[in-house]
Amino acid sequence: MTARATLPDMEPADLVEETRGETRVLRLSGRLTMARVGAVDRALREIQPDGRDLVVDLSAVERIDTAGAWLVYRLIRNWTKAGVHATVENASADALALIGKVGEHDVPMRIRPDRGHPLVRRLAEIGDFVIRTADTFGNFLGFLGNTLVALARLLLNPRRLRWHAISRQMEVVGINAIGIVGLMSFLVGIVIAQQGAVQLRQFGAEVFTINLVGRSVLRELGVLMTAIMVAGRSGSAFAAQIGSMKLAEEVDALRTIGVSPTEALTIPRLIATAIMMPLLSFYAAILGIIGGALFSWVSLGIPIITFIQRTQEVVPLTDLWITLIKAPVFGIIIAVTGCYHGMQVTGNAESVGFRTTAAVVQSIFLVIVLDAFFAVFFSALGWI
Amino acid sequence: MAGAPVIRVSGLVNAFGEQVVHDGLDLEVRQGEIMGVVGGSGTGKSVLMRSIIGLQPPRAGEIEVFGHDMCALSAAEAADVRRHWGVLFQNGALFSGLTVAENIEVPMREYYDLDEALMDEIAAYKVGLVGLPQEAGPKYPSELSGGMKKRAGLARALALDPELLFLDEPTAGLDPIGAAAFDDLIRSLRDTLGLTVFLITHDLDTLHAICDRVAVLADKRVLKVGTIPELLEFEHPWVQEYFSGPRGRAAAQASERG
Repeated sequence: MTARATLPDMEPADLVEETRGETRVLRLSGRLTMARVGAVDRALREIQPDGRDLVVDLSAVERIDTAGAWLVYRLIRNWTKAGVHATVENASADALALIGKVGEHDVPMRIRPDRGHPLVRRLAEIGDFVIRTADTFGNFLGFLGNTLVALARLLLNPRRLRWHAISRQMEVVGINAIGIVGLMSFLVGIVIAQQGAVQLRQFGAEVFTINLVGRSVLRELGVLMTAIMVAGRSGSAFAAQIGSMKLAEEVDALRTIGVSPTEALTIPRLIATAIMMPLLSFYAAILGIIGGALFSWVSLGIPIITFIQRTQEVVPLTDLWITLIKAPVFGIIIAVTGCYHGMQVTGNAESVGFRTTAAVVQSIFLVIVLDAFFAVFFSALGWI
Repeated sequence: MAGAPVIRVSGLVNAFGEQVVHDGLDLEVRQGEIMGVVGGSGTGKSVLMRSIIGLQPPRAGEIEVFGHDMCALSAAEAADVRRHWGVLFQNGALFSGLTVAENIEVPMREYYDLDEALMDEIAAYKVGLVGLPQEAGPKYPSELSGGMKKRAGLARALALDPELLFLDEPTAGLDPIGAAAFDDLIRSLRDTLGLTVFLITHDLDTLHAICDRVAVLADKRVLKVGTIPELLEFEHPWVQEYFSGPRGRAAAQASERG
């Protein structure tokens, strides 16, 4: 209509109610656009049909978009449904087209999936959790078995091992972790020496700080801290890498080409972690002892050479064996958990994040549980 | 039809390290037109779109959208410009943690003060407008097929009733019937909503069916802009091969019949 051109440019959308004989007239004016219809929408919801005929006058509408057209359409629809004769008046051709367009697509729609009653939902969640946990346990065992079978088959036929992938993973898992694992162990060594010295000084037995540092670091802390660091660095990376590959259908592509994802993805990571874990653990233990020795020298005045000699006397060789036996097992657990969770990724990016977290939490948990088993086992062997 | 320019690009230079993608590219998109952008793979069609919408800072050159210099926007101007355009990415780029309906409501929540109920109603007719069944509303993107994701992405791009619509290969990966329906949809939206459309495509049928003008990207710039008959006259090996090759001829015949 010509009224559009004569109105000032920035007039907000507005609503005026008039009476014309026996007819109610709702006069909409200004810009009926999404930016400005919020107030008109609220006003329209207040107005109820009262039996009189309704005319919606759009002559003063300066601009209209689908949101404005929807309000007009909804008004006419609701009032017609209530048995009132409702019509639009003085609408531009564009406005009529838009009103028709949104009217075509007026279908009630849910915004979110139905969630049901809170109590039922809670119960369903508990049930889900139990089923999922049992499933996870079964799937994990299945994955572990599958991996071990593939590993055994590859070891019988070592030419099929992917040496390139293994050496690449060894670099990522082991070599690149040298800095952080070393620093951490060094600091842990200092902390143990310091705490030990404070306590043992009360008995005048400061020299036993050497026993404390040597045995605890070599037997337990070196391997445990390394496992936690590797789980955080590499277990999470395995889950995220394999998960992203799963989302991009790369894993399916491998399968269709005839390459087993277990052989191509899991085994190299598993072997690399199993090889690097003992090396890193030994290195961590040595740096822990160095940290303890430095602290003892500076703070307790024990010469480094005495510290080393005494360490040789009091730390049995079995402590080193224990670390070297535990480390590859922990490595296998970390790699299998990471790869398992990566393979479980489905659907969307959120799932990658969820699985990565699960991989780290579960592998650290499993490492500590296994460590407890090892402690009981080795003491039963008499390696105390 | 030919209104004032909505997008104006001049002397655009884009490069990734040593590799120069655009070198002195000029382009003008006028109000109300559907501008098709074609070019071989790797000629920087998507990079051009990303430059215009401000995701890829250009190395040199000027980009104006709605008369604003895109390289020197204040925060308020940027919000104002973004409110008036909608972008459909190649794979939809739906937020995976939200349902389709919630995806459509994201821009409304960001910019406007509307009641929940009204936003839900708007989301519902937008879903219908792009040709999705209403069952798609409460679904998560991972539960949708590729074609449905595109439509859902278009619904989100249209959420604010933009004046300018960027489409990156909207019909790629759709079946021919779905692609033709998508073409119709874009043309009817342009006609009813008065949209300006910047459309990257490889689909010759789409070019014939809905584009008012077509820009050909080659040799790191826009080689030629014109209607398809004008491009058919244009003596350049790639353009000739593109429009007069077997697929080009088939699409031309199909559009004559239609």
